Amino acid sequence: MTLEELRKLRGQMKTEVEKRTTEGKTTQIIVGMGTCGIASGAKETLNAFLKEIDEKGLADHVMIRQTGCMGLCAHEPTVEVIVPDMPKVIYGDVSAKVAKEIVEKHIIGKQLLDKLIIDKPAADIMAK
Amino acid sequence: MHYNLCDMIADITQNAVEAGSSHVTLECIQSSDWLDVTVKDNGKGMSPDVLARAEDPFYTDGIKHPKRKVGLGIPFLIQTAEETDGVWNIQSVPGKGTTVTMKFNLTNIDTPPVGNISGLFTEILTLPGEYDMDIHRQNSITGNDYRLNRKELKDALGGELDSAASQILLRKYVDSQEKQ
Repeated sequence: MTLEELRKLRGQMKTEVEKRTTEGKTTQIIVGMGTCGIASGAKETLNAFLKEIDEKGLADHVMIRQTGCMGLCAHEPTVEVIVPDMPKVIYGDVSAKVAKEIVEKHIIGKQLLDKLIIDKPAADIMAK
Repeated sequence: MHYNLCDMIADITQNAVEAGSSHVTLECIQSSDWLDVTVKDNGKGMSPDVLARAEDPFYTDGIKHPKRKVGLGIPFLIQTAEETDGVWNIQSVPGKGTTVTMKFNLTNIDTPPVGNISGLFTEILTLPGEYDMDIHRQNSITGNDYRLNRKELKDALGGELDSAASQILLRKYVDSQEKQ
């Protein structure tokens, strides 16, 4: 693939993502990629999200971001999921299999995966 | 120690981006026996004193994690290099930047597997922030030799790397380069 081909492929996709983001209407997936996350397989988790979102045709509706450690190292890989009109949650122990489940049940089905919710970042990590 | 060398490189490159760098260079040169990696940034750098302490797993600057007492990125690199007949070196000048060189001995049975190179490049090119990044990849076994530039790729992808759409295409592009 050349850069020109890449440009063409991107041009064929819708580019409404930024507009929706500023309106707070885009789904966001934030993967913790600190040393602890990486060591627990966060890269496989990130790849699993990309693959599943691609397969479900959601690529233009979802933002994926990486962040550092959220202070919940014992439950890495941790992933924050923000879906418009749903509570923001942090999931722990997100393997590739769980990532697929999050896309299917939380992002598409609008159902929280109760047993995997860890809540918010640990208090000692949050900005004062 | 990290599960594979790509995870190790991702960890060190993330440090480079987080050091407030406007430019980061990654070289990844592979032969049948060695993987030579250089990560160079123009970020805030470290004084000799801070650099010496960064080698201690129970040291952290306390900025990212105010009350935590560990910083494992560099200690993981040292552990991996020392236990597998590899080489590591960190040169740093405050205000100028840091250069980390790592040589992994691929013939040592204890060296972790290389891991997925195109996954690594996609990951570090999409770290948050307004930095530019140049990647040079060479593999003398496959005859592969290519370069990636973050600004160029971001521009080709409509000016953003945050959407899943951009990241999926970026991964396909890097895959196509790695598999040439």
